[in-house]
Amino acid sequence: MAAETQIDFATLKKGGWMRQKQKNKFALRIHVVGGTLTAEQLTGIQKVADKYGRGYVHLTARQSLEIPWLDIKDVENIKKDLAEYGVSPSVCGPRVRTTTACQGSCTCPSACIDTQDIAQKIDKRYFARELPGKFKFGCTGCQNNCLKTEENDIGIKGGERVEWIADKCISCGVCVKACRSNAITLKDGKITIDRDLCNYCGRCAKACPVDAYEEHPGFLMSWGGLYGNHFHKGKPIVPFFESEDTLFKLCDATIDFFKNNAKAGDRLQFAIDRYGQDKFDDMIKKVYNESENKKEEADG
Amino acid sequence: MADTSDIKIDETVDITDVVCPVTFVKTKVALEEMDDGQVLSVHMNDGEPVQNVPRSVKEEGHQILKLIDNNDGTYDLLVRKVEDDE
Repeated sequence: MAAETQIDFATLKKGGWMRQKQKNKFALRIHVVGGTLTAEQLTGIQKVADKYGRGYVHLTARQSLEIPWLDIKDVENIKKDLAEYGVSPSVCGPRVRTTTACQGSCTCPSACIDTQDIAQKIDKRYFARELPGKFKFGCTGCQNNCLKTEENDIGIKGGERVEWIADKCISCGVCVKACRSNAITLKDGKITIDRDLCNYCGRCAKACPVDAYEEHPGFLMSWGGLYGNHFHKGKPIVPFFESEDTLFKLCDATIDFFKNNAKAGDRLQFAIDRYGQDKFDDMIKKVYNESENKKEEADG
Repeated sequence: MADTSDIKIDETVDITDVVCPVTFVKTKVALEEMDDGQVLSVHMNDGEPVQNVPRSVKEEGHQILKLIDNNDGTYDLLVRKVEDDE
């Protein structure tokens, strides 16, 4: 068939159309940010799955959703129908993929940060950006790590720095037990926090019955996670920090590094290994120090 | 600071015989049967119950007065019931 030879599979894949093993059938991957879809979007997806597919969808491993059994000839009509409900195709291939996130502080009692907001910002800034290989961001709200951030090329985990407020404290001892790191001691009505043991989970502050802790939310990042054909646990390079500006400077620097140093089909960790982990760590630490020092100067 | 002699305990509940989430359910049921302002003493095990039950009680809006370490692997959490506004 002449028409068939004109199908540009690479372009289709870029636009989230995943070729099925059945000839001329595609699964359409939907653009989802942070695992959240509105009821209206779901209505549009349902209609398309019914009209053009086989009346079902598949939830992907990374919080997206695919409508299988679509016919190549319907591509334009499907896009149009979905657009009416605010639904657009996602991407595949060598570019920035779906940003995954837990519910975050919007509804979760454990979360230290608004992961949905961060996911939206990451998506706006990087989604579908062309790179030598695929690139994944994942964002989780706290140390419970529901989102498994270390599986991602860049993982972002919420945490919080706590400061004890002596005047409010009733010395009840709840925080001492709430802490899983044994970082808190209560002696003679005074709380001491061992900063080397503290993992920024914020459980002390969240358990405190009289809110005798100041909470300063921030981020713990990891780099180089892989969980496919190769395994590598994303690793931290810089300590906890509170500035969103620093967060995006670090993301920008990493994306630039990947763009300039990766070979076709690389993942971030492969590029780091070739470049040298120590050299990469130094580069990241430099960006971190410059951003944090600048912040300190601005804060006076 | 650990002096709790001035706190009058109205009811007690023992949650050392159950595991999460029944620990909190039992605590919640005990509080529901009490009047606004009354004090409940919750007897609980070290570990997961003492890490989580106080926080859940706080999130329900009740007032935690004290966590007493019995030095035998158990704790007593003193809670003042706060009635919902609704």
